[in-house]
Amino acid sequence: MMMVRKAAGAFVAVAVAMLAMAQSALAQAGFGAPTPWQMNFQEPATPVMAEIVTFHNFLTVLITVISLFVLGLLLYIIWRFNAKANPVPSKNTHNTMLEVVWTVIPVAILVIMAIPSFRILYKSDVVPDVAKVRQWYPEINVAANPIDIKATGNQWFWSYEYPAERVRFDSFCGMGPIEGACFEQPGPQGAPANRPRLLETTEHVLVPVNTLVRLLVVGQDVIHAWAIPAFGVKIDAVPGRTNEAWFIATREGTYFGQCSELCGQGHGYMPITVEVVSRARYDAWVGQKRADLAVKDGIKFAAN
Amino acid sequence: MSSAYGGAHDAHAHHGPTGWKRWAYSTNHKDIGTMYLIFACIFGIVGGLISILIRYELQEPGMQMLAEGDYHQFNVFTTAHGLIMVFFLIMPALIGGFGNWFIPLMIGAPDMAFPRLNNMSFWFMIPSSIMLVGSVFAGDGAGTGWTVYAPLSTSGHSGPSVDMAILALHLAGASSILSSVNFITTIFNMRAPGMTLHRMPLFVWSQLITTFLLLLSLPVLAGAITMLLTDRNFGTAFYDAARGGDPILYQHLFWFFGHPEVYVLVLPAFGIVSHVVATFSKKPIFGYLSMAYAMLAIGAVGFIVWAHHMYTAGMSVDTEAYFLAATLVIAVPTGIKIFSWLATMWGGSIEFKTPMLWAVGMIFMFTVGGVTGVVLANSPVTTAFHDTYYVVGHFHYVMAMGALFGIFSGWYYWIGKMSGRQYNETLGKWHFWLTMVGVNLTFFPMHFSGLAGMPRRIPDYPDAFSGWNYVSSIGSYISFAAALFFVYIAIKTITSGERVGANYWGEGATGLEWTVDSPAPHHTHETMPHVH
Repeated sequence: MMMVRKAAGAFVAVAVAMLAMAQSALAQAGFGAPTPWQMNFQEPATPVMAEIVTFHNFLTVLITVISLFVLGLLLYIIWRFNAKANPVPSKNTHNTMLEVVWTVIPVAILVIMAIPSFRILYKSDVVPDVAKVRQWYPEINVAANPIDIKATGNQWFWSYEYPAERVRFDSFCGMGPIEGACFEQPGPQGAPANRPRLLETTEHVLVPVNTLVRLLVVGQDVIHAWAIPAFGVKIDAVPGRTNEAWFIATREGTYFGQCSELCGQGHGYMPITVEVVSRARYDAWVGQKRADLAVKDGIKFAAN
Repeated sequence: MSSAYGGAHDAHAHHGPTGWKRWAYSTNHKDIGTMYLIFACIFGIVGGLISILIRYELQEPGMQMLAEGDYHQFNVFTTAHGLIMVFFLIMPALIGGFGNWFIPLMIGAPDMAFPRLNNMSFWFMIPSSIMLVGSVFAGDGAGTGWTVYAPLSTSGHSGPSVDMAILALHLAGASSILSSVNFITTIFNMRAPGMTLHRMPLFVWSQLITTFLLLLSLPVLAGAITMLLTDRNFGTAFYDAARGGDPILYQHLFWFFGHPEVYVLVLPAFGIVSHVVATFSKKPIFGYLSMAYAMLAIGAVGFIVWAHHMYTAGMSVDTEAYFLAATLVIAVPTGIKIFSWLATMWGGSIEFKTPMLWAVGMIFMFTVGGVTGVVLANSPVTTAFHDTYYVVGHFHYVMAMGALFGIFSGWYYWIGKMSGRQYNETLGKWHFWLTMVGVNLTFFPMHFSGLAGMPRRIPDYPDAFSGWNYVSSIGSYISFAAALFFVYIAIKTITSGERVGANYWGEGATGLEWTVDSPAPHHTHETMPHVH
């Protein structure tokens, strides 16, 4: 009895510790980077990722139950039917009822699983218009105008274009404008916590909060993949084809991702950083960018 | 049929060559099987050593072993590890090794249908392996990943390495196609009278289905990588988008081979586990026919699910929906197999000798790898998981625990039959438990790394991923120590193991292979057995 109580006490302690960890994760809301000893998805920053997390939680419970069921059966069999406990084996090799049951029940489970899976697939995979997003997520105050961003994967950096805003820039692995700082030593002396090593880029992609962002993704040389885990977006950047993806970020903050298709020796060194900001800050950033570009290129854009 | 090899036959009528010629010129299925097993063992150690280098590099953030900037070498390691483990460990062990040894013994045939072809199949593997190992040293090494995706493998890699790796795959593929022709012909035409297809041992069923998968899928791989070669060297543009080709075409062709290939790797292990479970439970296998047809279903459906490896490649949503649904279907026959093994054990009088430990371990570990496979079938979830360590964790559970546990189960089960000497039970159990701890410590934390978003195939990672990576690395050292321990056990068994008789497992071991002496003499079933 003492043992049981001790075990229960330990269990509660662990549960409390995990709850505390979950709360500290919440306190960091708006910072989409992995944390030490993380065991689950990052905090979602888009409604699609929230749905993926919910669906995945359901799947995890399901597969854990199935695995434990098989393990339980195995342990029972080992205990009950080992040669000592059961010296005379039965000759039973057929049971039609049982065989039907273990065929039909998995089919039923898979059908139950497929329904939410198809629903999220058709939602996340096809780029919707603003009206559709409003209909799906009435709780989000979706901005009227979507923005388009074209991301091009290069060996080994990302180039971005905002066609309507006429903004373009390259984004390398590294701290601020220093490209080489990507390769800083790990550990406490290295990168500051809010600018994680191998995740921070020289220039962030800015998007306004609660705005439909339509992504066009292509590869310049070989295949890359543009991914932000907290957004539930991962799409290959393939030479010669333009892939589409979309997201609507509902929390301001900075979100990190990494190239997710092997693209040569710099594959681990072309991260993606997206900053979700207020519309006002976004507009100011666009203005600044265009001014910089105008100076850089010696071209004057007509004011509009 | 019977007159083809039956009737009076003098066992001493032909003297085979002796010495090195016995092996080099061998047309004997047992000698060829032995050579395949030794080949697999050597390359298992080589592939394992490379995985240690990978895990050492990933043990802590920053670069451990490789110089800063030498990231290509890391990709060379992962590529070589994958190709070696698939083509030079699991396939030679399960198909070339155990398939060669036990198909003729189990169906009552004196040898394979085409013995000289069999010799050629094995000897193709030697230049193939030399080419692959050579590709690491010639030029910069092939850092394409085992999938060799274009255009990284075409315009992205100059030098001879990728060409050598492609030619290595060509030779290994040709070897497997020839073996498959041989095995299929043998199984269809050389079964003992009375052994109908529906009475054939499940291991032979698994080999029949496996070799059909190889025969149908490998030519597609050969075509795909030939187009890589011509794109690289002869100015064609099959996969070059700038000149009207399509890189995604390569992915479709590769995975049309690649997905059946994963069943090629695991179906023979299913066959072995079925025999081991039945033997040590002292019961016939439960639901024999549904076991055979479940494998057939897995093989058939395995051909129409390939693009679930390409969920992020930009396919149309309806295509993704189809591949999602088709992939989920595979869980059903796989579940039938798991539950039928459990039902075989149910009511049995089970002895937990070493082969049975591996088989039981395989059943549970494969279940774990199988259910994460079901998670990955769901394309929206795989948007998050694609190319992360979750996938690496998943496929090592089905390969390093499913297929490799099957190989060890088969080795401990049959080594007495193959060598005439028995392994040491205590050492065998230590090997099992050491491996069990090692591989779980290595691969289970990978699911967490993947959930946190860690991409595959990177030599260095953001500092936050360091915890679980450290655990994985420690686990891999334990696993590799266990592999070296196995080499010791194998050598000890062959040189000084206890001698055993024809049927050393007793009442549970019922197949034709247990009617011949241990070690199985050079020629067996010279008088045709009859199966009733």
